[in-house]
Amino acid sequence: MSVAREQVECLHHSLIILLCLAARGYAFRDDARNGRFRALIFTHPMTLRMSYERRFRVPFRFLLLVTLAACTREDVASRAREPAAPALPASGTPRATVTLDAEDGQWTRAAKSLSGIRYSQLAQITADNVRNLRPVWTFSTSVLRGHEEAPLVVNNTMYILTPYPNLLYALDLTKGDSAPTKWMYNPKPQSEAQGVACCDVVNRGPVFANGSIIFNTLDNHVIAVDAATGAEKWNTKVGEINNGETMTMSPLVVKNMVLVGNSGGEMGVRGWLKALDLGSGSVRWTAYSTGPDSEVLIGARFKPHYPKDRGKDLGVSTWTGAQWKIGGGTVWGWISYDPTLNLVYYGTANPGPWNPDQRPGDNKWTSSIFARDPDTGEAVWAYQMSPHDLHDYDGVNENLLIDVPWKGQTRHVLIHPDRNGYVYMMDRATGEVLSAEPFVHITTTHGVDLANGMLRYEPSKHGRVGEVVRDICPASPGGKDWQPSSFSPRTGLVYLPHQNLCQDSEGLEANYIAGTPYVGMNVVMTAGPGGNRGELTAWDPAAGRAAWKLTEDLPVWSGTLATAGDVVFYGTMDGWFKAVDARTGAKLWQYKTGSGIIGQPMTYRGPDGKQYVAIMSGVGGWAGAIVAGNLDPRDSTAALGMVAAMKDLPSKTTKGGTLYVFALP
Amino acid sequence: MMLRPLACRARTPLLLVGAALAVVGCRREERRFRESPPATTPSAVRVSALQPGTMADTSHMPNPYESSAYAQSEGQRLFGWYNCAGCHANGGGGMGPPLMDDEWIYGSSPENIYNTIIQGRPNGMPSFAGKIPSPQIWQLVTYVRSLSGLTPMSGRSARTEHMNFYQGAQSMQGAQTPKNSFRPPASEFP
Repeated sequence: MSVAREQVECLHHSLIILLCLAARGYAFRDDARNGRFRALIFTHPMTLRMSYERRFRVPFRFLLLVTLAACTREDVASRAREPAAPALPASGTPRATVTLDAEDGQWTRAAKSLSGIRYSQLAQITADNVRNLRPVWTFSTSVLRGHEEAPLVVNNTMYILTPYPNLLYALDLTKGDSAPTKWMYNPKPQSEAQGVACCDVVNRGPVFANGSIIFNTLDNHVIAVDAATGAEKWNTKVGEINNGETMTMSPLVVKNMVLVGNSGGEMGVRGWLKALDLGSGSVRWTAYSTGPDSEVLIGARFKPHYPKDRGKDLGVSTWTGAQWKIGGGTVWGWISYDPTLNLVYYGTANPGPWNPDQRPGDNKWTSSIFARDPDTGEAVWAYQMSPHDLHDYDGVNENLLIDVPWKGQTRHVLIHPDRNGYVYMMDRATGEVLSAEPFVHITTTHGVDLANGMLRYEPSKHGRVGEVVRDICPASPGGKDWQPSSFSPRTGLVYLPHQNLCQDSEGLEANYIAGTPYVGMNVVMTAGPGGNRGELTAWDPAAGRAAWKLTEDLPVWSGTLATAGDVVFYGTMDGWFKAVDARTGAKLWQYKTGSGIIGQPMTYRGPDGKQYVAIMSGVGGWAGAIVAGNLDPRDSTAALGMVAAMKDLPSKTTKGGTLYVFALP
Repeated sequence: MMLRPLACRARTPLLLVGAALAVVGCRREERRFRESPPATTPSAVRVSALQPGTMADTSHMPNPYESSAYAQSEGQRLFGWYNCAGCHANGGGGMGPPLMDDEWIYGSSPENIYNTIIQGRPNGMPSFAGKIPSPQIWQLVTYVRSLSGLTPMSGRSARTEHMNFYQGAQSMQGAQTPKNSFRPPASEFP
């Protein structure tokens, strides 16, 4: 709602109240002896019988002035943080850039590069010819749940990992468009694991390294199989479903180590990141997100930029009692790596339970970003985006490592579009926040104080047990959830797929029972301002604002892909796979796939030298749970409140996993 | 003069109806402070209706609380306390399947639901054997069945204490239309 409209509404309501009060005879009674106002009383004019000296009517004009002043007060105007209106960067202004590896035409990890930017230098498909793109072959995964994964292409073989039951297919790309299956590996995860996966039984994809395909299963196994034969090389169990742990994230391989983290922030799980030996699968180190410094791997090298993040054993002292042992901070999102600084970056998830009253304190290190030395796991810096998180604002979203012109200098930054609604731009060597600007409508906070790194909370959005708080924006999935952004050094823009949701919530007392949900919140979500539930925002990090924005009816729950052909690809939850102009956002092409798209688009060069684009279709995930899980739309709190906002999805798409591969004729 | 015998004749059935209502009402509001429902697991309960040859009789174990409003509201409270709501939400489902629709993977009879809670099920339903006392499980069974309108209307609570999460009315009494059909306006409900 615009500020002007809010003021008009405020004035309107206040004037009605004033008129009512005037009609009823609104009086202050004056204490005759000491001359002070003693009580404010309502008195009907007919009952006013006291002498006029002992009371006086507050002049109507005075009340009117007070009302006018109240309605123009600053806090009314700043009740919500709005993103700045989109503006294309002026030509000639310096833009964000990145150092690229040589293009090999492959896709060996979910984000393609260690910097996590999902940019391909392949340029056969351009903004001019993308309208001719057509599907060339498809592949059914035999799985009906949400397909959030990215396909990989290595050595003319495509690897597809499905959601639970985590089937791994290797498809031979050298046989033309028939792409026959070379082998299939079935890890046979425990079926019971489905009952502790909070938001559909998704998987975000495998990774290739050292001749192996490495991936996580829902029941907490990290498995390496031979990329050529599909034979299992090693299989390490790293978590326990009976404690609520599952694994859904895509591992990253850095320096002969496989980095993996757990899921289960809604189940009272204690979050961790583990490094497994690439050759043997043995665990080299474990860095917990909560607990004493010795277990969080905080030591002498730990130098957070802000005083709020300094101190001993904050992972214990910012909790009450032993709550840190079940406090969340899981690591189910993205990991990036800067080889120059030798640091890995990742975010930690929400604290548990959601109900904030049950966990007084800042709850470190939940909803935070860690920078760690992968050799030892030691933390070098950390920054907590949402201390004592109130609304399930996980910090697990991707960190894009790029270089941005900032105040006359080129800064080596990480770009982190957080669930709390701000795009954080941080110096990735130190953890200093250079800017934090809203990319969605925000009512829960008033911005980030760059002097001390604090998020300024709006006190009225802090719900208590049994209290309903309305108009919480962004909703619990955040301004943006796990769906990863991409970056094009040709445009200097970051392409953010995200949602536009708000919610009402009611705190409940959560009971900790190991392996069962630990949430304590009734949530009902709705579309945010404008009524559209999704957006694609091209973010200009140099300007700290959107360059352009596309609205989508449904949440944009797919990742984005940027290419050197100046095309950006993404999918919608009703099944459209779309290409838009990377510079302007102009819609160039779209194709309707069989099911809603929540996967990660990728592109590769085939054995025939042609550029292909691939996407998994198959609705699900948190936003698509109503379809994937056959949920009942009459209960608005179903799927942690997401169903309320997605009641119409069953009429727009059906489930079923299929890979689509596109090429130019 | 003529009216008196008529009134006398009418009084008897009225009294009978009144007494019957009182008995029903007492059962509805009955509170038990010393619980003695069947403590053992219902035996010989079949999850499948497919049997070789002729259907054998299945021994039904009636839920002792089927029409008790008290048991149902207790069941609703326990449904939150034992974190059932964490997966099944307020009947619409989430991590677990919805319970307010007309699809029952493992059977809708009270003994089926009792066993599902005790034994767990292989696709994610945890086993609560040894975690929840038997009387409380029967109360949960009552509440779970009420979500899809399988318990008598007289035993259902009028409203929930929490946020209004069903469209239209706060009452849960209408939660008995088949899955995914649109609810008629609240005024059309009895």
